[in-house]
Amino acid sequence: MNASTDNARASQTVGSTNTIVHGSALPSLEVPVIDCDSVSIFYDDFRAVHDVNFGCKRNEITALIGPSGCGKSTVLRSFNRMNDLIEGARVEGSITYHGEDIYGPDVDAIEVRRRIGMVFQKPNPFPKSIYDNIAYGPRVNGMKVESMDDLVEEALTKAALWDEVKDKLKQSAFGLSGGQQQRLCIARTIAVQPEVILMDEPCSALDPIATLRIEDLMQELRKDYTIVIVTHNMQQAARVADRTAFFTAEASDTTGDRTGVLVEFGDTATIFESPHDKRTEDYISGRFG
Amino acid sequence: MSPKSMQEAVHKTVRGRAKGGESSPKSIVFLIILWLAILFALVFLAVLIVTTIVDGWNRLDSRLFTEYPASDPEEAGARPAILGSLWVIGTTAVMTIPLGVAAAIHMEEFANRHHWFSRLIEVNVQNLAAIPAVIYGMLTLGAMGLMGVSNKNQVWVGALALSMLILPVVIIATRESLRAVPAEIRQGSLAVGATPLQTVWRNTLPAAVPGIATGSILALSRALGEAAPLLLLGGLVFLSFDPNGITSGYTTMPIQIFNWTSRPQAGFHELAAAASVLLLVMLLAMNALAIVIRNRYQKRW
Repeated sequence: MNASTDNARASQTVGSTNTIVHGSALPSLEVPVIDCDSVSIFYDDFRAVHDVNFGCKRNEITALIGPSGCGKSTVLRSFNRMNDLIEGARVEGSITYHGEDIYGPDVDAIEVRRRIGMVFQKPNPFPKSIYDNIAYGPRVNGMKVESMDDLVEEALTKAALWDEVKDKLKQSAFGLSGGQQQRLCIARTIAVQPEVILMDEPCSALDPIATLRIEDLMQELRKDYTIVIVTHNMQQAARVADRTAFFTAEASDTTGDRTGVLVEFGDTATIFESPHDKRTEDYISGRFG
Repeated sequence: MSPKSMQEAVHKTVRGRAKGGESSPKSIVFLIILWLAILFALVFLAVLIVTTIVDGWNRLDSRLFTEYPASDPEEAGARPAILGSLWVIGTTAVMTIPLGVAAAIHMEEFANRHHWFSRLIEVNVQNLAAIPAVIYGMLTLGAMGLMGVSNKNQVWVGALALSMLILPVVIIATRESLRAVPAEIRQGSLAVGATPLQTVWRNTLPAAVPGIATGSILALSRALGEAAPLLLLGGLVFLSFDPNGITSGYTTMPIQIFNWTSRPQAGFHELAAAASVLLLVMLLAMNALAIVIRNRYQKRW
């Protein structure tokens, strides 16, 4: 793809932001795919996030925004129990997936992660070939697949990477550009056929063109998956998200520790155009954060 | 400040000599001292290698490889010692590497690092790496006594002592190379639903193999040159047959060299020098292999 088409796509995507009508057009689904009920997250005694309530609906993109240290990544990582890997991390309240508490006593974190995939801030392909990067998930999960080749092609196609890599599937994934690596990571996530894809600032290490490609891709993926994205970039949230949750950090009166709180959650258009909370308005308009 | 004086001021401060930079007399003297230190080490090494090669030159022939020890230096060779070294080192490798790698994986990937027991083991491993080799010989000797093994001149007994000697080194090298694999790789693996064990087995460990191989080879080359623990375990024997199994009697090259050096005849001293050159070549080859593996396969993240 050459630069001029990229620019054309860029302006089109940016321009279309204002015309997307959110809110009333969205179907209100009965049970959210992921639902947080009075969620507090601790690292040992430190309360990182306090009393968060919101839900992510099927085939929607939910954006979590807010200043650094507001706990949005912590919340995202608690959705597929990646926080379990951090010593001392603890979740109070309930996070449910189709009504099932994912921190319930019988729940297997491995199964949760298979259904709720994750794309990380920095592209993290495995030190393997492009093909093996995609095939890794199905293999470790013991998925019964008729043809691994077809599955790899499908995942790469869905991640809009197939045309660029189809002739070098056996080459190391490290040879790809940053943007390609990130799409490879998305393809790798898709390959295990999850229902939800969590994205933790997926574009923060990418240039604007690669960023737009990922954003376009997210709009495509939205048809099949439920996406939750953490982003520092408010324009990105405005461009891609159906609903937005605005978090901020509040210092405790006694200890001075900063705890993340959910300020406002709603349709992206409402959050960006007519926020109910003063803090949201200040952040959106750039007066704070 | 005028542009001219500005320029002068910058000129003065930026140039090294003004502040005692790289070209000041002090620095040059220091540099010369450093060079002399390196030179001393290199000259010492070169003299050692050259004199050994000169001493042993006449005996660096096929007899060294084919002949058995004998009372006449002209008819003696290091064949059993060479084979013995290979047997002992091979057995040591088989005993140490799986155990060391497994221990390192547990410590690095699974153990709770803050638990007092893990820390105790960690401190122990670090300290064990610094213990003199002869202590491991005594330990093995004691263990064999307790186990009632009276014939200590067996390949596996020697390998056991060397194994304990290099186990901490293998563990530390393996941990280092596991630690060099970025956490993001593990997270990526877990995020597609792999179990922690699958993550280690299919992702972390393969990525760490070059480092593990390098560390293990270096550790084995240390074991290859070791004589002290084996001397305690009765490795100093007159062997007139080829070691041929892990329960076979053995002697190793360092022991054979030690033996020959302590003989009065000059012929044996030549033989010792020739065997030393051979040992040196083997050690250099192993270290070269380690470097090749490191340079070729080590990943840059």
